[in-house]
Amino acid sequence: MTTETEHGGGHASVGFYWMIGGILAVLTAMEVAVFYMALGRVEAPLLLTLSAAKFAIVVMFFMHLRFDSRIFTGLFVTGLVLATFVISALYLLYQVLPNYAV
Amino acid sequence: MAEVMVHDEHHYTATGLDSWKVGFWAFIGSECLFFGTLIATYLTYKGSSVQGPYPHEVLDIPLTTISTFVLLMSSLSMVLALDGVQRGSKKLALVWLGGVIALGLVFLGFQAYEFTHFVHEGLTIPRNLFGSSFFVLTGFHGAHVTVGVIWMATLFILALRDRLPPAKALNVEIAGLYWHFVDIVWIVIFVLIYLIQ
Repeated sequence: MTTETEHGGGHASVGFYWMIGGILAVLTAMEVAVFYMALGRVEAPLLLTLSAAKFAIVVMFFMHLRFDSRIFTGLFVTGLVLATFVISALYLLYQVLPNYAV
Repeated sequence: MAEVMVHDEHHYTATGLDSWKVGFWAFIGSECLFFGTLIATYLTYKGSSVQGPYPHEVLDIPLTTISTFVLLMSSLSMVLALDGVQRGSKKLALVWLGGVIALGLVFLGFQAYEFTHFVHEGLTIPRNLFGSSFFVLTGFHGAHVTVGVIWMATLFILALRDRLPPAKALNVEIAGLYWHFVDIVWIVIFVLIYLIQ
C-alpha cells in the first residue's frame, strides 16, 4: 500500500487516495444527513465525531503523518492540543459557565 | 558539481529530517493556534448578537455542502499531483495541479457569492457579533485559500516549463501540506459554524 520516499516518509497508491477521497465524500454526506434529521441531544456529538474522523483521515493519509516521522506528528499535535484547549476553555467559560466570566 | 548542487537543495537537521519540512510542520502547528483563537472567538460570542441577521436566517447549508465537497476533492487532486511529480509525469502533475487551482477558485467563488448574499441580507462586519466573528474567521480562511491557489499556480508554471522534476517533489509536498491544512480548517469550520447552530 505504501512506498518509501527519499525523505524518509512514504506515500500510498493512487487507488488508495481515491478510496480516501470517496470515504471523505461519504462522511460529508453523513454529516449533512445528520444535520437535516435533527437528532436532538445526540446531533452535536455525532457531528463532532464525523468531523473528527474526516480531520484525522486527511491528516494521516493526505498529509502523510501516518507514514512520516513522529517528530512532524509532535509539532502538529502540540499546536492542535493548545488550540483545542483554548477553544474548550473559552467555550466553557463564556457559554457553559457565563456567570463566572465577568 | 551537479551532484553538489543537488545536495545543496536539501538541508537536513540533526534528526535526519529536511529542515524545510520540519520548519513547515512547526508553521502548521502555529497556524492551528491562529485559527483556534478565531474559532474560540466565534464560539465565545455565539448567540450573543442583540440584532439580526442571525446564523439560522442566513447560512445556506446546501451551498456550503457543495463548497465543502469541492475543497475535499481539491485535497484529493493535491495528493495525486504530488504522486505525478514523484513519478516524473509532467502530464499528471499538470492535470492534478490544474485541478487543485480550478477547485480552489470554485471554492473562492462560492465564498464570494455567500459573502455578497450575506451583505444583501444586511449582515456586515459591524452589524452584530455574529457578523464580526463570522467574516473574520471565514475571511482569513478564504485568504489562506487564495495564497494556496497562487502557490499552486506557480508550481503549475514550473511544471509547464519542465522545472518540477522528481528531485523537487519536496516543494510540491510542502505546498500540499499547506493546502491540506486549509482543508482541515474548513472541516472544523463547516461543522462548528454551519452544522451545529
